[in-house]
Amino acid sequence: MGAGHAHGRLYRAGDSIVHRLPPQCKLVAVVAFTLVVVATDRERFPAFAGYAALLIVVAAVAGIRPPFILRRMTVELPFVLFAVALPFLSPGPRVEVLGVWLSVDGLLAGWNILAKATLGVVASILLAATTEPRILLLGAARLRLPQLMVQIAMFMLRYADVIVEEMRRMKVARESRAFAARNLKQVPVIARSAGALFIRSYERGERVHLAMLSRGYTGTFPVIDDISASRWQWGIAGTLPLTALAILAGSLL
Amino acid sequence: MHVPDGFFTVPVSVSAAAVAVAGVTVCLRGARKELDDRTAPMAGLVAAFVFAVQMLNFPVAVGTSGHLLGGALAAILVGPYTGVLCIAVVLLVQALFFADGGLTALGVNIGLLGIVTVLVGYGVFRLVTRFAPRSRAAIGIGSFTAALISVPVSALVFTLLYAVGGTSSIEIGTVATAMVGVHTLIGIGEGLITMVAVSTVLAVRPDLVYGARALARPLLLRRADGSPIPADAERAEPRRRTRPVLIGGVVITLLLAGVVGFYASSSPDGLERVAADTGFDTQAKPHDLADSPLGDYGVKGVENERISVGLAGVIGVTITLLAGGGVAWAARRRTEHRRRAGRSAADA
Amino acid sequence: MNALRVSGLAYAYPDGTQALFGVDLSLERGERVALLGPNGAGKTTLVLHLNGILTPGAGQVHVGGLEVGPARLREIRRRVGLVFQDPDDQLFMPTVREDVAFGPANLGLRGSELERRVKVALAKVGMAHAADRPPHHLSFGQRRRVAVATVLAMEPEILVLDEPSSNLDPASRRELSEILKNLDVTVLMVTHDLPYALEICERSLILSGGVVVADGPTPEILADGELLTRHRLELPYGFAVPGAQ
Ligand SMILES: Nc1ncnc2c1ncn2[C@@H]1O[C@H](COP(=O)(O)OP(=O)(O)O)[C@@H](O)[C@H]1O
Ligand SMILES: [Mg+2]
Repeated sequence: MGAGHAHGRLYRAGDSIVHRLPPQCKLVAVVAFTLVVVATDRERFPAFAGYAALLIVVAAVAGIRPPFILRRMTVELPFVLFAVALPFLSPGPRVEVLGVWLSVDGLLAGWNILAKATLGVVASILLAATTEPRILLLGAARLRLPQLMVQIAMFMLRYADVIVEEMRRMKVARESRAFAARNLKQVPVIARSAGALFIRSYERGERVHLAMLSRGYTGTFPVIDDISASRWQWGIAGTLPLTALAILAGSLL
Repeated sequence: MHVPDGFFTVPVSVSAAAVAVAGVTVCLRGARKELDDRTAPMAGLVAAFVFAVQMLNFPVAVGTSGHLLGGALAAILVGPYTGVLCIAVVLLVQALFFADGGLTALGVNIGLLGIVTVLVGYGVFRLVTRFAPRSRAAIGIGSFTAALISVPVSALVFTLLYAVGGTSSIEIGTVATAMVGVHTLIGIGEGLITMVAVSTVLAVRPDLVYGARALARPLLLRRADGSPIPADAERAEPRRRTRPVLIGGVVITLLLAGVVGFYASSSPDGLERVAADTGFDTQAKPHDLADSPLGDYGVKGVENERISVGLAGVIGVTITLLAGGGVAWAARRRTEHRRRAGRSAADA
Repeated sequence: MNALRVSGLAYAYPDGTQALFGVDLSLERGERVALLGPNGAGKTTLVLHLNGILTPGAGQVHVGGLEVGPARLREIRRRVGLVFQDPDDQLFMPTVREDVAFGPANLGLRGSELERRVKVALAKVGMAHAADRPPHHLSFGQRRRVAVATVLAMEPEILVLDEPSSNLDPASRRELSEILKNLDVTVLMVTHDLPYALEICERSLILSGGVVVADGPTPEILADGELLTRHRLELPYGFAVPGAQ
C-alpha cells in the first residue's frame, strides 16, 4: 500500500533538472505562470502561442512525453464541450464560419476558456509528473499551507489508493452479479456501497493512524527530507513565469 | 463542476480566492473544536472518500450523468468547519495532482463546492434534525434533505457568479433554469447516497458521525459479574471562546473581499475590453445581468467602478456570512441547550 | 516499582460493545509475558490502552509509575512500543528507512543520532540490507520484522506485540523468536500461538471475556488442559509441554 497505484499514474520518475527542483519553487512557478496566462487578454493570440511553447520546452527538458500529457488532458473534456458550445449559444453579433453562423463573442469566449484551461491543465500535469505527491505536499507546507490541511491531504493521498482499490473490488462484486448503473433506480445500490466503502476504508485508515500515534505522531509529519531551496534554484524555477511575463509584455507593445 | 482556468474574469477569481482564504482560515480555527486525536484521520478519509465518490457517476437524464459534490456528506460526518477543509483539500489535490479544476479557479471552486455546499448542507441538516425527534431516522432524513438542497443551490450560485463574472455572456434566466433543473436531479441522487452512507456509518460506527453526536448516550460499564461500575465524575469540558475568532474572520473576509476586489478590478475584464475594442458595446448589451443588483460585479448607482466592485465583494461576503452565522448560531443554541439539559439531568 | 500495572480496567466501544470488564495485571521490569486468549477476548483492546490510544472507561494504567493520561502521552508513547497485528497498518512510508525513522523523528531526533537509531534497530531485526526498499516490496515476514524495528528505534522500555507470529511461515516465525529472545526490554506478547508463548515467555496470562482468568508460569498454564479448553485455547495436535507429564 502507500504510494501505490493511483499516484503511479501521475508521477513520472526522472532525474531532470525539473524533477530535482525543490517542490516549493515549482509550485510557485506554476501558480505564477497560470496567473500570467489567465490575466492575458484573450485576443492576444501570439502570447498564447508563446506560453504553449514555454510548456513544450519544460516538458522536453523534464522528459515527459506528449502521449502521457495528452492522456491526462482528458480531465478538461467537460469544459471543452462547454467552450465548443459557446459560439452556438452566446447572444450578440454573428459571423459566418464554414457556412454556420456563430456568435463572435461566443467564439472568443470559447477560445478564451479553451486556451487558458489547456495551458493551466498542462502546467499542472507537468508539476505532478515531475514531483512526488508527498514531496509536493511538503513543498506546500513550506509555503505555509496550514499544517492541518497538509495533514488531511497526506491522509487523503494515502487513502485514495485504499479506497479506489476497495471501490474497484466492490464494483467487480456488484457487476459480477449483473448490476450496471443505468438509471436512477439504481442509485440506492450505489449509495449502500458508498456507506460500506466508507466504513471499510475508515477502519483500515484508523488502524494505521493508531499505529502512527503509537509512534509519537502528534499531527505534524517530522520533516526529515531537506527540501530547502537555493537562490539559484528559485532562479531556475522563476524563468517559467518570468518568461511568460516577458511574452505578455511583448504582446502588449 | 470543477471550474478550470480562464472561466471567470480575474476580479471574480481573485475575490473568490479572498473569500476562500478567509473561509478556510475561519474553518481552521473552528476545526480544532471538532477534531481530536482519534478523529484526525477521519478528515483525511472523508477527503479521500469525497474524492473517490466524485468518480461514482450516476445517470441523471438521457446522456448526462452527475457525481456527488460531497459537501453535505463531509459536514455531517466531520462537522462543518472540518467539512470545508476536507473539500478544500480535495479541490487542492485535484488541481495540483490531477489538473482537475484550475489553480487560479481554486478560490471559485472552494467557494462553490466547499463553502456553499457545506453551509447550505449543514444548515439544512441542523434545521431538520432540530425540529425532528432525536433518532436515526431523523438523521437520515436530515442528510437527504441537506444534500438534496445543497446541490442546486451550489449550481445556482455558480450560474449567478458566471453571469456576474464569467468570461462569456449567457442568458442568465435560461441557464439558471437549466442548471437548477439538472442539479435538482443530481441532488436527489446525492441526497440518497448521502442518506444511505450516513445511515450505514451511523449503524456500524455511531462515533464517526459528527452530526449524530446528539444521539450519544453515556456508556454503561459493567463488571464481569454484571454489576454496574459507577461512572467517573464527568470531566469538565473546557469552553472555548469562539466569538473573537468569528469576529476576526468576518473583519478579515470583508477587508479582503473589499480591498482585493477594489484593486483587482483596476483593469477592465476581458469581455468589456473586447466589447470596447470592437465597438460591440454600442450595439449589443455588454452583459445580460446588468439589471441585477450586483450585475457586472459592481453595485448599481455607484459611479466609480473600483469602489463599486469592492462594495459588491463586501455585500456578497456579508450575505454569505449572515447565512453562515445563522447556522453557527443555531448550532450553538443547540449545544447550550443540550449542556443545560445534561446538567439538570445530572442534578436530578 | 512495576514496569506496567493495569488495575480495574473496563472499556466499552462507542457502539456499546463492552470489551474489557475489569482487567488487573502487572509486569516486572525485564519480564517477558504472554497474554493468551481466544479471538474477541479483548486482547487488542487491552493493548490499545497501554499507550493511551484508548482511554479507560474505568480503572487505570501505570507505566513505570506514571499514569497513562492525556497530559503525558508523549512520554508514555516513548516508553511503550506497540507492534500492531498487521504490519501493513504499521508501515506507510515510501522506504523502510523513513518508516523506521518516523518514530524517533517524532521524538525530536535528527541527524546522526536519528541515523544511528535506524541503523541499530534494523540491525537488531536483521533487515539492514533493506533500508532503501519500499516496505510493500518485502515479504510478509520481513515486513513484520521491519514493523518491530520501527518500534525498537524508539528504544521503548516495554515492547508490546499483538499476535506477532500470525501469518508467518515457520522460518520467519523462528527468526522472529530469536530476535525477541535477544532483546533486553520488558515484553508483553499477545498471542494464541501457545508453543510460541512457551518458547519466548516465562510467564503467561489468560484474558478471556474481558478479564484476566489465569496468571502463572507458562509451562504450568499450558499443562492445565482443562483451563485451556474452557477458554477456547488449544495446543497444536501432538504438541506436548516439556516438563508436564
Ligand atoms: N471498533 C470497535 N467497535 C466496536 N466493537 C469492537 C471494536 N473493536 C473490537 N470490538 C469488539 O470488542 C471485543 C474485543 O475485541 P478485540 O480486543 O479486538 O479482541 P481480540 O484482540 O482479543 O481478538 C470483540 O467483541 C470485538 O467485536
Ligand atoms: Mg486482536
